[in-house]
Amino acid sequence: MAVQVRVPTILRSYTGGAKVVEGGGDTLAALFDDLETRHSGLRARLVTDAGDLHRFVNVYINDEDVRFLGGLDAKLSDGDSVTILPAVAGG
Amino acid sequence: MRFDSLVDSVGRTPLVGLPRLSPSPDVRLWAKLEQNNPTGSVKDRAALWMIQDAEKRGILSPGATVLEPTSGNTGISLAMVCRQRGYRLICVMPENTSVERRQLLTMWGAEIIFSPAAGGSNEAVAVAKRLAAEHPDWVMLYQYGNQANAQAHYETTGPEILADLPGITHFVAGLGTTGTLMGTGRYLREHVPGISIIAAEPRYGELVYGLRNIDEGFVPELYDPSVLTARYSVGPKDALRRTRELVAEEGIFAGISTGAILHAALAQAERAVREGKRADIAFIVCDGGWKYLSTGAYAGTLEEAEAALEGQLWA
Repeated sequence: MAVQVRVPTILRSYTGGAKVVEGGGDTLAALFDDLETRHSGLRARLVTDAGDLHRFVNVYINDEDVRFLGGLDAKLSDGDSVTILPAVAGG
Repeated sequence: MRFDSLVDSVGRTPLVGLPRLSPSPDVRLWAKLEQNNPTGSVKDRAALWMIQDAEKRGILSPGATVLEPTSGNTGISLAMVCRQRGYRLICVMPENTSVERRQLLTMWGAEIIFSPAAGGSNEAVAVAKRLAAEHPDWVMLYQYGNQANAQAHYETTGPEILADLPGITHFVAGLGTTGTLMGTGRYLREHVPGISIIAAEPRYGELVYGLRNIDEGFVPELYDPSVLTARYSVGPKDALRRTRELVAEEGIFAGISTGAILHAALAQAERAVREGKRADIAFIVCDGGWKYLSTGAYAGTLEEAEAALEGQLWA
């Protein structure tokens, strides 16, 4: 099962500069664990020690914010697209 | 309709149906035309409420200097209100915003301090906070954390929509300061059990997310995720495509952020059709397209328009 993950500029030091990486897992937590095996250090930038998504990190599955899909328990399917972005201001 | 002055005419905007873009007679879309406000955007509501609130609390008096970080529309609304009330206004604005916004701000008498493009509005907020600390006599209204921003929508936008559309099932708006969604969303949740409150968040080019580290990220103090049902990130291509569809199909000439909102609204409509449910979906038209003509959003192919928006704060 493969999922495409878009990585923001600020976290590309963990992906060798790659903008898009592939990963697998049936939940977001499993995906982050899988990514960690190849991109060491990335997981700690996304997930706090308490096991929650970092406050200033937004993650989207097929453009929908995962915080409304169960957070790290959000389900993933083959071919899904995951986008990671830092939280920025609008207005 | 007759009003004592321009600021008294803020709000009470039309809600118009979209007969061509609505998928069926049972699943309908309704546009709340906020470009009909005095300076042409939804921000007139928040600006007026924040100024009135500060006056009531006695922190704004004649001759005062108002300071605000803004990517444009809030600044333009504040400039109109401040000028009429005799306040000096200083806006901190990212340098990657459209030339029209700068000209409008200047025209209404605001002074502009530019913040660096990288980091977008986050940088504008940081610069404004520094300036506020250096000038304790300046009044920063701070739209991201000022409850009067959400309260404007709780008291006006929400009741107006419910009065015009008692059968509303979905409300869709853009997520910036979160004021529109928090205020309108809270009001509608209190009055319409089971309503869906949907956020459409613009996804910009990489430059805008160019923070030095994650801890420089920003979540507006007003934001309460429990008000929302779902939140979608909408990229420039979908936003532009929908902006063009809205003017081509329904004659509504809107800004690009409205295209992002329409995209999320149409996704809700398609879902209702799939599930065989009735839906009346109201969404916010934040402003007209005039201020974005120079961005190239309305000219050439979608690909050309998308390329022209790269690095711009288009919402």
